[in-house]
Amino acid sequence: MFMFEKAFVGSRRYWVWILCLAGIILAGFLCYLRQLTFGLVITGLSRDVTWGLYIAQFTFFVGVAASAVMVVLPYYLHDYKQFGRITILGEFLAVGAVTMCMLFVFVDMGQPSRVLNVLRYPTPWSLMFWDFVSLGGYLLLNVLISLVMLGSERQGVSPPRWIKPIIILSIPWAVSIHTVTAFLYSGLPGRTFWMTAVLAPRFLASAFASGPALLILLCLVLRKVARFDAGREAIQQLGIIVAYATVINVFLVLVETFTVFYSHIPEHIQHFQYVFLGLDGNYHLAPWMWLSVLLSVSALVLLLVPKWRHSPRLLPVACVFVFVSLWLDKGLGLIVGGFTPSPLGAVTTYTPTWPEAAIVLGVWGIGALMITVFYKIALSVREAH
Amino acid sequence: MKLTRKDFLRLSGLAPLAIVGTKAVRAFADVAAPSASAKNTKRWGMVIDLQKCRQKEGCDLCVKACNTAHNIPQFPDKAHEVKWIWNQPFESVFPFEQTDYTRQAYTGHPIPLLCNHCANPPCVRVCPTQATWKRKDDGIVMMDWHRCIGCRYCIAACPYGSRSFNWQDPRPAIATSNPDFPTRTKGVVEKCNFCEERLARGLRPACVEACKEEKAMVFGDLEDPDSEPRKLLRSRFALQREPELGTSPSVYYLV
Repeated sequence: MFMFEKAFVGSRRYWVWILCLAGIILAGFLCYLRQLTFGLVITGLSRDVTWGLYIAQFTFFVGVAASAVMVVLPYYLHDYKQFGRITILGEFLAVGAVTMCMLFVFVDMGQPSRVLNVLRYPTPWSLMFWDFVSLGGYLLLNVLISLVMLGSERQGVSPPRWIKPIIILSIPWAVSIHTVTAFLYSGLPGRTFWMTAVLAPRFLASAFASGPALLILLCLVLRKVARFDAGREAIQQLGIIVAYATVINVFLVLVETFTVFYSHIPEHIQHFQYVFLGLDGNYHLAPWMWLSVLLSVSALVLLLVPKWRHSPRLLPVACVFVFVSLWLDKGLGLIVGGFTPSPLGAVTTYTPTWPEAAIVLGVWGIGALMITVFYKIALSVREAH
Repeated sequence: MKLTRKDFLRLSGLAPLAIVGTKAVRAFADVAAPSASAKNTKRWGMVIDLQKCRQKEGCDLCVKACNTAHNIPQFPDKAHEVKWIWNQPFESVFPFEQTDYTRQAYTGHPIPLLCNHCANPPCVRVCPTQATWKRKDDGIVMMDWHRCIGCRYCIAACPYGSRSFNWQDPRPAIATSNPDFPTRTKGVVEKCNFCEERLARGLRPACVEACKEEKAMVFGDLEDPDSEPRKLLRSRFALQREPELGTSPSVYYLV
């Protein structure tokens, strides 16, 4: 297969890492088999909180996937040469993240064997249908682009001209995947927590913060383990992108918070109360959400002061803060907060179960494995030249 | 203009896009249009007289009748409950239909809840496989348990909490099985079907039938001005659940 032979040659450390991932994936798979047998009853989901970790992870990783555009756009539209070395990493990250999204939706299905019904009975008025279309299209675009780019790099030729329009197309497409994902939530009449026009912009801002933050961290890991240097300037430029996106995200969150609390409409305010202050004696989400706030604010300080952002020690810390903060916000608070209280006012605790967490970890493992293998191939191709 | 082979291929590539596009525009136009029920021959609806309902404390005959008629599993665990019709205290159903000073009047009174069979159902709008749809000739919101993929988007979309998911195999938890009605499998969504299987045989819904002493539930065609529910709605003040959401529920409550 296409350059896959390069993934089978590696150091001892590489193989240990691959084996660890394989173990995690296997554990997740076994738990998924259990879910297939007994149904979603093995998760912490319930009548009132019908979506949980799976769908939240899906939402978060759509953002990571969309964020590839933050390296693709400067490089291809503004000819920002410094990103030349890392665009392929961004595109491969997108491929891995979109695959994770699809798997997270898949493991959430009650009847996974019928999932193709979405294509058999295409339903254009359902946003779920458009999410399938946009995610599938984005996956194809990024697979095509990264394979063509890597192929021409291996042969030492410039990429074919027809790929350029496809790359340009992938830019608005990236924006579309996260917009459609936001529309999935923001158009539901009874769910006031999500019913805000600022949801899609917020999704994009948090995506463009968490995705590049992850990319910075990945570049730093690659420098350690694969002697790959992304270049100081590229990393710094990504740092500025993370800083801007984090600022915009925090701003949008504050805008939303003001509107909700100042208008004081019970249906809107009660979700925020639940998420941040606890409702009916149920506080289990609040500490996590405050941790998310704390991390976001700390990251903002680290990113906004140039001296700290330039520091090779503090930038990764800020990136970890941004990533964890937004993961908590989007991967935990957003979904559960939207379901609690329920339309009938019930406050139900959602606690993921161990098998549920193992399935989530398994999908993370698949993502990590894909990215490891892709990066290995990409860097091997590069080293050969 | 000369059309080369390449151009032709390009244009033919656009054709499916155009088809999907027109389909989408039509669909959104449909959604936006005010309830298209004008052409419907019928629109089944229900009026529940809460005054009569209150007369018999602790009564749940309608719930029991439905459970038996539709093979509804009984799980002790509230988190995984499946229910088509059930009682819920007034204040959680109509939280904004009471003032601070009249709060006590109806507090704690059970209100029977079921699918509202909305004229403009959000659950139908979001379902990615059309496994739930509104029947054109009588307005019943239907479910196809063989097509449902179990994504639970309809549950997120329903503002009334009327839909249940089969978190596990329901069959072991069915007390007395009714062979005339299908059981469901794990991983699909279900809800009240207004007893369409009974209506087809000219019978009234099981819950209405069960309430034959109090006659608190009145079922009929909302499109027909002389129907029983329409007569009641003409003479008494009625509430719908959250009509401000534009769903236009077909279940009315006489307070």
